[in-house]
Amino acid sequence: MAFRPLLSRTLGLTQTLTHSHTQTQLRGLQTFSLPDLSYDYGALEPAISGEIMQLHHQKHHQAYITNYNKALEQLEDAVAKGDSSSVVKLQSAIKFNGGGHINHSIFWKNLTPVSEGGGEPPHGSLGWAIDTHFGSMEALVQKISAEGAALQGSGWVWLGLDKESKKLVVDTTANQDPLVTKGANLVPLLGIDVWEHAYYLQYKNVRPDYLKNIWKVINWKYASQVYEKECP
Amino acid sequence: MALRSVSRKSLSLGQAVGHVRGLQSFSLPELPYDYGALEPVISGEIMKLHHQKHHQTYITNYNKALEQLDQALAKADSSSIVQLQSAIKFNGGGHINHSIFWKNLAPIRGGGGEPPKASLGWAIDTQFGSLEALIQRVNAEGAALQGSGWVWLALDKELKKLSVQTTANQDPLVTKGSALVPLFGIDVWEHAYYLQYKNVKADYLKNIWKVINWKYVSEVYEKENP
Repeated sequence: MAFRPLLSRTLGLTQTLTHSHTQTQLRGLQTFSLPDLSYDYGALEPAISGEIMQLHHQKHHQAYITNYNKALEQLEDAVAKGDSSSVVKLQSAIKFNGGGHINHSIFWKNLTPVSEGGGEPPHGSLGWAIDTHFGSMEALVQKISAEGAALQGSGWVWLGLDKESKKLVVDTTANQDPLVTKGANLVPLLGIDVWEHAYYLQYKNVRPDYLKNIWKVINWKYASQVYEKECP
Repeated sequence: MALRSVSRKSLSLGQAVGHVRGLQSFSLPELPYDYGALEPVISGEIMKLHHQKHHQTYITNYNKALEQLDQALAKADSSSIVQLQSAIKFNGGGHINHSIFWKNLAPIRGGGGEPPKASLGWAIDTQFGSLEALIQRVNAEGAALQGSGWVWLALDKELKKLSVQTTANQDPLVTKGSALVPLFGIDVWEHAYYLQYKNVKADYLKNIWKVINWKYVSEVYEKENP
């Protein structure tokens, strides 16, 4: 699952979750760390500038991770003390920063340079599912772009798979809410960040141009892999 | 009120009950200063985009939504009437909020940054301890705001109490309490600072106080507290 490569073990153990933690405490607290991009910052140009990619990765995503780790540490203390007021109060910071970490980790994998297949439409079962559910790839692209453009404030637009019904859906989430907050069965195949920081330095207020261009660097190979895992 | 100065009546006739006859269309209010006049606190590039693109877009979309509302009312199409509320709230709110924002700012040589005196200065000291304490509070709330929104100094016109509030997206302050009057608002959407401050929202908040138009803020306060 997405989480495993994102953890840096604070202790040199082979298993992360099952070793040295008890039922009521978060012993051996995980700290999360910034995943590397599998391409250079400038590799997605001209669709997304290197300046944006660097800031987005090293500043925005890193800040979510830093604050997520901090909130989890505070959660550990609060749980140990049985301090329910703090436990509940921390949920906002955990949702926002943990969500930011989850969402951006997916996002980096949703993108790839043109030279690595960015923009190449999905073949195989995902391509067929898109044609079946949306009529065509173009129709899906229109739908996602329209929903992304219409999103009020900050958030994400997603292509998701309902793993129970095996249906594809287009949905949006506000702020850093992960897709799962829209439905427990929803698996994110593709997410596009429509926070202003994702495009403003290059596209200014013209979010639709960002949405038009990002398709040139979408990594459909990765989306297909995720899809095929749920729909073998 | 702020809206009166920004509406231009497209017809000069009275209104019929039941639909919005003589529909107002709103237009972009002018800034009382040049785009570059708030530098180096807020760049001219940001001010121009913020005014001519972002605010203008809210106005354009607000006018469009109101026109669609007019038609829906005429047809008694409740489904559309209700559906339009999201666009009206967002774009109308954007227009309200930004109209206030431009008046909350002033160039340094126009008095920007000069602390409030008289009754507002006294009220701030009484209720927050000091202006510095208020500033710290506003900055902390602005920095902590998740996503897009605004941070406000509010006056409860019934209780005569000041408070610091935040609203999400383009929600006007009144959505936090019908008795709340905005004294000033600071836009913390990324478009308000990103070109200049990048991800460092805290620096934008630290600097904006140099161009806050406390004269205007005091006027609003004194109108409610004569």
